Amino acid sequence: MTDASTLPIVRIVDVHKSFGLVPVLQGVSLDIARGEVACIIGPSGSGKSTLLRCINALVPIDQGSILIENEEINTPSLDKLTLRRKVGMVFQQYNLFPHRTALQNVMMAPIHVLKQDKAAVETRARALLKKVRLEGKEDSFPGELSGGQQQRVAIARSLAMNPKVMLFDEVTAALDPETVKEVLVTIRELAEEGMTCVLVTHEMGFAREVGNHVYFTDKGKIVEHGPPAEFFANASHPRTREFLNQIL
Amino acid sequence: MTQHTVEHQHPLSARSSVPRGRLARTALTAGFVLSVIVVVTVPLYGAYAATGTSAGTLETLAKWAPLILLGFGLNLLMSFIAMGIGTVAGVGLGIAQVSQVSWVRRAAWAATEMFRNTPTLILLFMAMFLLPFELRFGDLVIALPPWLKAILGFSLSMMAYVSEIVRGGLQSIPTTQWEAAEALAFTRRDTLRLVIIPQCFKQMLPPWMNVYAIMIMSTPLASILGVHEGLTITRSAISAEGQPELLAPFYLFLLALFFVYSYPISLWTLRLERRYAIKH
Repeated sequence: MTDASTLPIVRIVDVHKSFGLVPVLQGVSLDIARGEVACIIGPSGSGKSTLLRCINALVPIDQGSILIENEEINTPSLDKLTLRRKVGMVFQQYNLFPHRTALQNVMMAPIHVLKQDKAAVETRARALLKKVRLEGKEDSFPGELSGGQQQRVAIARSLAMNPKVMLFDEVTAALDPETVKEVLVTIRELAEEGMTCVLVTHEMGFAREVGNHVYFTDKGKIVEHGPPAEFFANASHPRTREFLNQIL
Repeated sequence: MTQHTVEHQHPLSARSSVPRGRLARTALTAGFVLSVIVVVTVPLYGAYAATGTSAGTLETLAKWAPLILLGFGLNLLMSFIAMGIGTVAGVGLGIAQVSQVSWVRRAAWAATEMFRNTPTLILLFMAMFLLPFELRFGDLVIALPPWLKAILGFSLSMMAYVSEIVRGGLQSIPTTQWEAAEALAFTRRDTLRLVIIPQCFKQMLPPWMNVYAIMIMSTPLASILGVHEGLTITRSAISAEGQPELLAPFYLFLLALFFVYSYPISLWTLRLERRYAIKH
């Protein structure tokens, strides 16, 4: 038997997905190892965000297989709630709950989903907010925080569930250049602590520095992938070259 | 032409610099004072206009006023209970309208549309003639007097309106909020309870109060079914006295009762609407 810790934590095999008649994913396969930082790059509409949403079953797939810790999620008997406790997700538009304070946003899921003790959750939530450098903002409502601060609350909110994998869906795309950095620093720290991260991103610099593996998607397929140093230097596929030339 | 000008000149637009809270309070106070004046003077004027000498008519009105008030109390009672039943059922139906199960969604939609597009009077007749006068469960006998049946009729209509308010409110919350809650492993029930409903509660409140104000106005329909509410008693009083000149003051008295009750509600609704509109 293979040791569980050496198996990929996320294994995606030949995944297909269409929205109506529009094919979005056309046979995507990739493996993500425990503790790895995988960056998915590619033009808009190439299926990056959809792929991410398939991993926590926000979007059901039509065909193929997705294994999270060796458990198939493309099955009717899937317990979505159990899956989503393992897989955290951070969104481009933060999607904080506007009627709750930063601290409450972080505390809600552990209390109501994991049924954990409120006092213990509060201690942990405060520590998480401190970790994302938001000490003192516990009682602020999302509307009172800047984009970068909101995004860091969203990261803390996700972390409060103790996920095994974190999905980041263009989390800096809605931020101004200065606040992008504070969010990226937070993600980098997470990666350094060994959290498995899957990022859909347009931050090539970040992908190069922090990523372990870069995937380039186009028209619902992974065109090319590799470790960042190699990928950015030697990408050979014409479509990849064209994309990188435009963006770098 | 005139109508256009009226429509575009919102009363607030010219005075937006006045703090909202104070303006609303002033409006509320002014409205209430106005309504008290109306309730006192309108019947007096009616009495005066009808007889020329107001004393006799007023005495008659004073004699009957307690009974009419009692009848009006039944209007209020019916409106409260119908509001309670209609709200509970309507919230359930409204949530069912956004269910993920398609037959639940369709059934809820059909029920909502059916009762919303049926005149309340027809619902009252249905309740009156389709329900038995008593319910028997073994030895337990529950009598269904007309006023109770009328409440059921009003409740159906309330339920449908509330269902639409709830559906609209729930759907006004961006889907990203659903997605965020889903990604955090919230159940659908918890998502509704903890994330969605608290966010749309405020904006559902004013239309809910509006619907209530409309319903209290329709409670006199129950008089057609012989319920001894305000209108029935007023009519009986007039015919018992046998003086046609009492018609105007008596009805005006009843009108004033409804007005004094409803006008503050509608002012309050307006105030809430304004407050939440700015916040959201």
